[in-house]
Amino acid sequence: MVLIQQVKQVIGLSEDGLTKRKTVTFGDTSAVANGRTWSILSVITMAVVWYVGSALEFINPIFWPSPQAVWEQFINISGEGYRNFSLLEHIWASLYRILIGFALGCLVGVPLGFAMGLSEVIKGWFDPVVEFFRPIPPLAFIPLVIIWSGIGERSKIMLLFFAALWVMVIAARAGVGSVKLSKIHAAYSLGASKKQVLLHVILPNSLPEIFTGMRVAMGICWGTVVAAELVAAESGVGFMIMAASKFLATDVVVLGVIIVGLIGYSIDILMRKLEAKLIPWKGKT
Amino acid sequence: MSDLVVNNVSMVFDTPSGDQVEALQNVSFSLKQGELLSILGPSGCGKSTLMNIVAGFLAPTAGKVSLASTELHGPGSDRGMVFQQGALFEWLSVAENVGFGPMMKGTPKEQIKKTVTELLQIVGLQDFYDKPVYELSGGMQQRVALARCLANDPDVILMDEPLGALDALTREKMQSLVLKLWKETGKTIILITHSVEEALFLGEKLFVMAPRPGRIKQQYELPFAEAGLVEDPREIKASTEFISKREEILSMIWDMEEEIMGQVEMAGD
Repeated sequence: MVLIQQVKQVIGLSEDGLTKRKTVTFGDTSAVANGRTWSILSVITMAVVWYVGSALEFINPIFWPSPQAVWEQFINISGEGYRNFSLLEHIWASLYRILIGFALGCLVGVPLGFAMGLSEVIKGWFDPVVEFFRPIPPLAFIPLVIIWSGIGERSKIMLLFFAALWVMVIAARAGVGSVKLSKIHAAYSLGASKKQVLLHVILPNSLPEIFTGMRVAMGICWGTVVAAELVAAESGVGFMIMAASKFLATDVVVLGVIIVGLIGYSIDILMRKLEAKLIPWKGKT
Repeated sequence: MSDLVVNNVSMVFDTPSGDQVEALQNVSFSLKQGELLSILGPSGCGKSTLMNIVAGFLAPTAGKVSLASTELHGPGSDRGMVFQQGALFEWLSVAENVGFGPMMKGTPKEQIKKTVTELLQIVGLQDFYDKPVYELSGGMQQRVALARCLANDPDVILMDEPLGALDALTREKMQSLVLKLWKETGKTIILITHSVEEALFLGEKLFVMAPRPGRIKQQYELPFAEAGLVEDPREIKASTEFISKREEILSMIWDMEEEIMGQVEMAGD
């Protein structure tokens, strides 16, 4: 029994006894459990529908391939690669671009956001720039970055840098704005210098907002890199999808789509775990 | 001796709509080291402005504040602050919060640890050394705030509604703790409160402030804080002397509020 309880807890199936006794549940979001049972059912249903649907040939495999075909392509491409690159190399190509572009975006965006939150001049100066570029989808710049730096790595990294930059600027600025004045006053009257206030109060205090920004930026970057590779690239998951579509190889396309979804999901889970570890006080003040 | 002298301090400022607000008008007083002053008054009487001026967060438009004969400009570790709540650093543990001041000064680690351990003992949180502050109750958090302030060994402690967010029972316990710390450390304390009872019980001196312009309307010298160190606080608060003072002050503040309402109504016409 104890073992079953533990397993249930690990996969998120254990229930809170008090919630069952609540009479008002509609609108009480704390009474809305994670619905893990339904998630498991949902995934199984999708898999079964896909399997049965293709087995009964409801859909032309050119429109939507069977799970077996996708699986075979997965085995095939894992072994032999696709278009001069192995599967892992394609995945790494996409991840690498994201990591560099995202890191650059954070490296520039966070200090700029801080400066904007702390100085009237910098806020006034950069506000129109940030607000103008922020709503533009990064993909709109693809033609420009290709003209500037061709279809190599540099153009994609530049695009991802742009994608991450504005989100990070706004997140960092919001983080600075969330500092309670009493914390700042407390630090000064405890003898802290301006630099110490920045490093020991403003920076840690804005970590929750910065981290939320990083999660959003990561999502945007992942979407952008795949889309950018669809337009112009020689490797990457997006390139794989695009190249396969030219031969109507929908099994490869769907394989690519599944890989994109799984990696995006994994990145977010990873970042959420990291967040819980690094910022345990988030939402508890 | 580190006497605190507030000399003819005035604070006048323009609001964005162009009105002039006289937040403080010629406020003067002095506190000897080790005195405990509580300040009471309706909202808008300038008590927070006064506190911010003494703390060094605001520069008065006229007059000056000096501590130990040195004129004050800006905040400093000679004046510790205790805020209502939410001024603790959630990313730091209880011990790290208390040791924040010494750490900023670059005090050696062992010495910080010794000071922190001692102070946590005094405020009764020795078992919470490594706990994150957000896991503590409101009363415990204020104990941490008191200890953090004391860790710097300031000459003056400024408390802005320190117990305002606590429930009534915790609040009474904390009042006794404040008195205990006051006696043991011999610090000068200025305490702002909304509670007449608290102001009477804790203040050796008590100022009742009035608004428009913000000024000290009435000053009292009270015996209750001294008595509270040895006698039962419940009994002191139930004594006829305490109750009559409380009613006197309550009706004074009540009249001020009426007056403000009257002014507002007239302005409305």
